[in-house]
Amino acid sequence: MDIVNEILEREQKKAEKYKPITVEKHLDLQFDVGSLLAFDTNDLDTKSINSLKDTYLQSLSRDNTQLLLNKIWELPTERIEEAIVVRLPPPTTILPRAKPVPKPKPLTKWQEFAKEKGITKKKKDKSQWDEQLQKWVPLYGFRKAAAEKEKNWLIEVPQNVDPMTDMYEKKASEKSEKVAKNELQRLKNIARARKVKIPRVGIPVTSDKASATQLSTAASVAKASTASLGKFQDKLPKEKEARGKGIHELIPGKEKKRKAPIPTAQAERENNLNLIDSILNKRPKIDIDKAVSKHIHQEQVQRSVEKKNMKPTKGKAKSKGKGNVTNFSAKKPKAGKGQRNPSKKNPGRKRR
Amino acid sequence: MPVMQRIKKPTTRKGKKVLLSKEPKPIEGPKQCIVMQGRNPSERTRKILKDIYDLKKPDAAYLTRKNDFVPFEDASLIEKMCNKKDAALFGVGSHSKKRPHNIVLGRTFDYNVLDMIELGAENFKSMSEFQNMKILTGLKPCLLFNGPAWELNEDLKRLKSLFTDFFHREKVETIRLQGLEHALSFTATDNNMIYVRSYRIQLKKSGQRTPRVELEEIGPSIDFKLRRTKLAANDLYKEACRVPREAKSGVKKNISRDAFGSKLGRIHMGKQDINKLQTRKMKGLKKTPEEQKAMRLKKKAKKAAIKNTVSKD
Repeated sequence: MDIVNEILEREQKKAEKYKPITVEKHLDLQFDVGSLLAFDTNDLDTKSINSLKDTYLQSLSRDNTQLLLNKIWELPTERIEEAIVVRLPPPTTILPRAKPVPKPKPLTKWQEFAKEKGITKKKKDKSQWDEQLQKWVPLYGFRKAAAEKEKNWLIEVPQNVDPMTDMYEKKASEKSEKVAKNELQRLKNIARARKVKIPRVGIPVTSDKASATQLSTAASVAKASTASLGKFQDKLPKEKEARGKGIHELIPGKEKKRKAPIPTAQAERENNLNLIDSILNKRPKIDIDKAVSKHIHQEQVQRSVEKKNMKPTKGKAKSKGKGNVTNFSAKKPKAGKGQRNPSKKNPGRKRR
Repeated sequence: MPVMQRIKKPTTRKGKKVLLSKEPKPIEGPKQCIVMQGRNPSERTRKILKDIYDLKKPDAAYLTRKNDFVPFEDASLIEKMCNKKDAALFGVGSHSKKRPHNIVLGRTFDYNVLDMIELGAENFKSMSEFQNMKILTGLKPCLLFNGPAWELNEDLKRLKSLFTDFFHREKVETIRLQGLEHALSFTATDNNMIYVRSYRIQLKKSGQRTPRVELEEIGPSIDFKLRRTKLAANDLYKEACRVPREAKSGVKKNISRDAFGSKLGRIHMGKQDINKLQTRKMKGLKKTPEEQKAMRLKKKAKKAAIKNTVSKD
């Protein structure tokens, strides 16, 4: 037992020589060992921060670093090239990326087709043995063109072709056509991937080339741009007038729907108040001009009635009806008044 | 796999390589940082910028030209420079009467400013003022965040993430124990003060396996005051934090290993249609021309019979 006690005492003395590696904390720290991060949520000592800032911060940091390193030293170690390393767990703090996650590359039309049909790409050798030249000729790229040139030092003109054709020129143009077609295909694939609408044939609308609707609009506007607003212009067979948003306004002679300008808040308020006033204050309005003319009209009517009722003179009894000059009234003569069916509405005067 | 969706093809191979290197990748490397001077930077702000640059060194660029711009009003210059340098982090220093010793730290996502935080340096002691041994460049530091304010204040929460983003360097799988040399401490108080301190870690004997830690301040030591912030909307931030499928370490199903260490896979086969099975073709089983003719006639008769019944109905 003495030996055991002795050893224990010695160990204790040894331990006293060193400073401790344990730290007392009220709340446990949050660690993210994967990114070597420690987060201390314990309240800070405000007094010490104000008075002994640097020493307080250093001691606080020391304690937290000690706790973090304690965690790291618990991890399994490895030896890589004479250095002792620890394997870190994956980090738990998720940081934003610098660029968005890449989307998978959209398939080209051919790739889509090949996938559907199960066609796989076959690996070809980079160079092939050429029997004619008796050497290895690359499939494409460096030295391919030279080999081709050497091979085709002479091209026979076939029987069915005009004997004066330049076969070299023909070959070159065929090649450039292929390249152009390939480029067009590539652009079409990009357009398809970006969901851009392109015409099936021809070229898409650019600033210097107009579309069909633009052309038809221009034609319609031009047709209506005569003094008679295109009334006497002949129509082409199957011609259609341009339609669409905003086209109607472009064509001269067409009714324009003018929108009233948006009133300001103040003006609108004033208008509405006036409207309410006019409804609420129902004072009869008197239009003096109208009232006077009405009155004159009434008097005239009365007078004419009186004249009619008066007994006609002898001489004038024969001439009756329309020819009565004295029977003057403000109104225009009405055809056959009194002879028609009175229940029917008056059809108006006879037009001559 | 990098994707290039350009209408104009790059003309040179080198140009193509540059463009491909700028394309988004599923697993990204360390974020690059640009440090630049804004409007009338003071001596102190310039020193702070320099120290930030020194701390971040292999992954940072220090732009020496003064730029007359205010990042909080117009961030287009920063976005342009980030695009040019392919950087995702930036630090800008400026000085004015209203905002003395102003440091703006921020990060971009897809070359658009994501977060931007303005800090005023009230006290500063640069790295060169501490006359002692410094640390090696490019070391991954231990990041210490002290104070409950880092969790309670929304702005500080984002600033914590920003500081982590700025200084954590790179995601690593293993780390050399002797290389744990640097500790960066960020202490936030309730009155929006952030104390940034940088220490060199000294590992002392403790009589046990785990060493005793002692710290020595190496600078910079900065007392920041939180000023304006411009934080990303939550949905944008969430989008930026998306983890791609390639980076996720999911459990691989249906794979096992036997006692000898060989890999075994369990696969699922659908039910086979036996009726459509192509058996071996033999000459003896082939139909003679007469038989084929008879078959054809039979088929025709059958068809006609069906037609007749339909027409009668």
